[in-house]
Amino acid sequence: MKLYWKYFAIHLKSQLQYKVSFLLMILGQFLSTFSAFIGLYFMMQRFHQVEGFSYQEVLLCFAVVSLAFSLAECFARGFDTFSTMIGNGEFDRILVRPRHEIFQVLASKIEFSRIGRLLQSLFILLVVIIKTPYLWCFDKGLTILLMILGGTVVFSALFLIYAGLCFFTTDGLEFINIFTDGGREFGRYPLSIYGDSILKFFTYIVPLALFQYYPLLYLTGRSNQPLYIFFPCLSGLFLFPAYLIWKTGLKRYQSTGS
Amino acid sequence: MKKYLTYFKIRLIRGLQYRVAAYAGMATQFAWGFMEIFAFSAFYRSNPSAFPMEFSALSSYIWLQQAFLALYMLWFLDMEILEQISSGNIAYEMIRPIALYPLWFLKNLSLRISKAILRCFPILLVTFFLPKPYGLALPSSLTTLLLFLASAALSLMVVVAFTMFVYIFSFYTLNSAGIRLVILSATELLTGAVIPLPFFPEKIRMILELLPFAAMQNIPFRIYSGNLMGPVIVQALLLQVFWAIVLIALGSWWLNKILRYIIIQGG
Amino acid sequence: MIKLEHIHKSFRVAKRKEGLGSAFRALFHREYQIIPALRDISFEIAAGEIVGYIGPNGSGKSTTIKIMSGILRPDSGNCLINGQIPWQNRKHYVGQIGVVFGQRSQLWWDVPVIDSFSLLQDIYDIPDKAYAKTLSELTATLDLAEIIQLPARQLSLGQRMRCEIAASLLHDPRILFLDEPTIGLDAVSKLAVREFIQKQNQEKGTTIILTTHDMQDIEALASRILLIGKGQILFDGRYADLKKQAKTGLSAEEMVAELYREYQI
Repeated sequence: MKLYWKYFAIHLKSQLQYKVSFLLMILGQFLSTFSAFIGLYFMMQRFHQVEGFSYQEVLLCFAVVSLAFSLAECFARGFDTFSTMIGNGEFDRILVRPRHEIFQVLASKIEFSRIGRLLQSLFILLVVIIKTPYLWCFDKGLTILLMILGGTVVFSALFLIYAGLCFFTTDGLEFINIFTDGGREFGRYPLSIYGDSILKFFTYIVPLALFQYYPLLYLTGRSNQPLYIFFPCLSGLFLFPAYLIWKTGLKRYQSTGS
Repeated sequence: MKKYLTYFKIRLIRGLQYRVAAYAGMATQFAWGFMEIFAFSAFYRSNPSAFPMEFSALSSYIWLQQAFLALYMLWFLDMEILEQISSGNIAYEMIRPIALYPLWFLKNLSLRISKAILRCFPILLVTFFLPKPYGLALPSSLTTLLLFLASAALSLMVVVAFTMFVYIFSFYTLNSAGIRLVILSATELLTGAVIPLPFFPEKIRMILELLPFAAMQNIPFRIYSGNLMGPVIVQALLLQVFWAIVLIALGSWWLNKILRYIIIQGG
Repeated sequence: MIKLEHIHKSFRVAKRKEGLGSAFRALFHREYQIIPALRDISFEIAAGEIVGYIGPNGSGKSTTIKIMSGILRPDSGNCLINGQIPWQNRKHYVGQIGVVFGQRSQLWWDVPVIDSFSLLQDIYDIPDKAYAKTLSELTATLDLAEIIQLPARQLSLGQRMRCEIAASLLHDPRILFLDEPTIGLDAVSKLAVREFIQKQNQEKGTTIILTTHDMQDIEALASRILLIGKGQILFDGRYADLKKQAKTGLSAEEMVAELYREYQI
């Protein structure tokens, strides 16, 4: 952990070297989230509700998902850009150092500019919470916190899967975007609006609904099932297949070198 | 002209070589399109009267958007050019007896067209056979189809002419990633890439429809799907021509100014 | 210290043909080709030796280095270094070796070199005392005192290479792999790097394996050379012996070019 903080400090120091560029990146991140927000705002203005979910409820969803995504992108960005790491031989360097590979890849990139997305989502979340008195209690607060953490874990696991697959092929990984960028884009609405089979897919295969839809049911009082509070923790199981793919890929890398 | 064709062919071959990439790209776009349509259909079910276009027209709009993603997405830029600008190797380009603006313009055209060609046909073909109203409908008449094609070509001009400004602005910063992200995320919404323009509130939409961003994917897709009809089409096409000319003129003037400055200053 | 026995390694490469037609066919079907990279490589290196590992491009030098540094597993054969198999228990093994890839940097581009070093201290878990001692030795011998406060992007290639080498030696490894350490350097820097390598070997007894295309590196440093071509060891012996065999009056470069021609590699 101490080592991670050291990496953290160096990253911060490097990124602050280019202040203009750094600020522009933050602004860009802010604007791209803002576009998504405006799109959502216009839709909700026009239709007032979607499948029974009100504007405030949809916003809650949007804020949690985009917060989780920005955290994952900030801290697990090393996996997201892993193909370049293999391409330029930086990964070989990692392999000749006496630390766990996953730790080193994780520490190799920390993207502070994601704060542009993060702060905006946090702001929206706070506004929704302030405007919605029924959220002001311990169990609902805990639910929101777990949702954010669970989401960060799922998105990070998706990045890890992406990185693991980079060992097998350098092209053709675009489809992971359906779940990462797609998860962010489509996760701004409760996943049930896409229909039953899609909800099942995002429950059992790629568990976005575990941190987004089910806890939301509890938050909004649609369900009294207190177990839903802890559903985001279940999504942590998703790390296992992700890790397995990574391990298999790494083994292959060590036998083919590409 | 021949050298552009050669360049185009090389691009196409390179694209074909990455076979897994081509399949994966198509799979992604199908999934993306379906998710978009499902989301809109949920809104449609919630309040059909508030829906500003025919649902089938919306489906066509989204499938065209997916099929021609490479043509109209603003963030699809030529990394080689950006690399040249940031590394300063642009000086070598200037030795060649070719004007830079048309060269870059054509490079971007061929980059976009070669990528779109590989992906659009399977998507168009499959979505055409999807059940109504979720699939791609045929255009209502031959005239509509022809107008769509004309407008699609004009859109591509406007898109490329606009992205030329992204390259131009890249000259002004050490690391162009930031400025690029700002320009592209600020404009994405205005093109109708996030939600189609008819879903915007009336007053905002009326202003937006005069901007160059509305002269991109917005017009051809809405012509095709029958959302734009009659004399409005002529107006829209004229708007596209107007913006294409203005952006190209301004862009080439600006780029030349920068290049002159570089020559005088020695980079 | 280092012992390789009958190491074999081959790679599978997709065939690519020319033209639009065949590119299109490749969408549906692709042929592969097995390329042998190493064929029955065996050698031993004793503690404290400097060995020059030479051969033309694509001869298998990097593959061997990658195997010895634990990045790659061979298809078959044994490799024992410091009593360990490099690709087993990687984390433990790599703590005892140092690797310099001359073509790529391990320094952080935008922060002072000393910050990179201090991060390495934590990565290798070097105790403060040992770190301070090694660092001051390296700073003195490599003449780093002034440049260590600058970010890597402001250093010249020669200055950077000196820092790279220091970075690989902070944890005082028993074995040092140098992959083209003098590539692209000017004459003064080359001499400085060579002198340092020699010193490190003589005073610390570090075992050094060095790949290079610069025959003067070999002439100055390596008492023993290994020549590899098409994945096989073609010559293993003293540099002086090689020189005796060759026609007199040839420079080191010409001699090796002659050798490559002779072995048809």
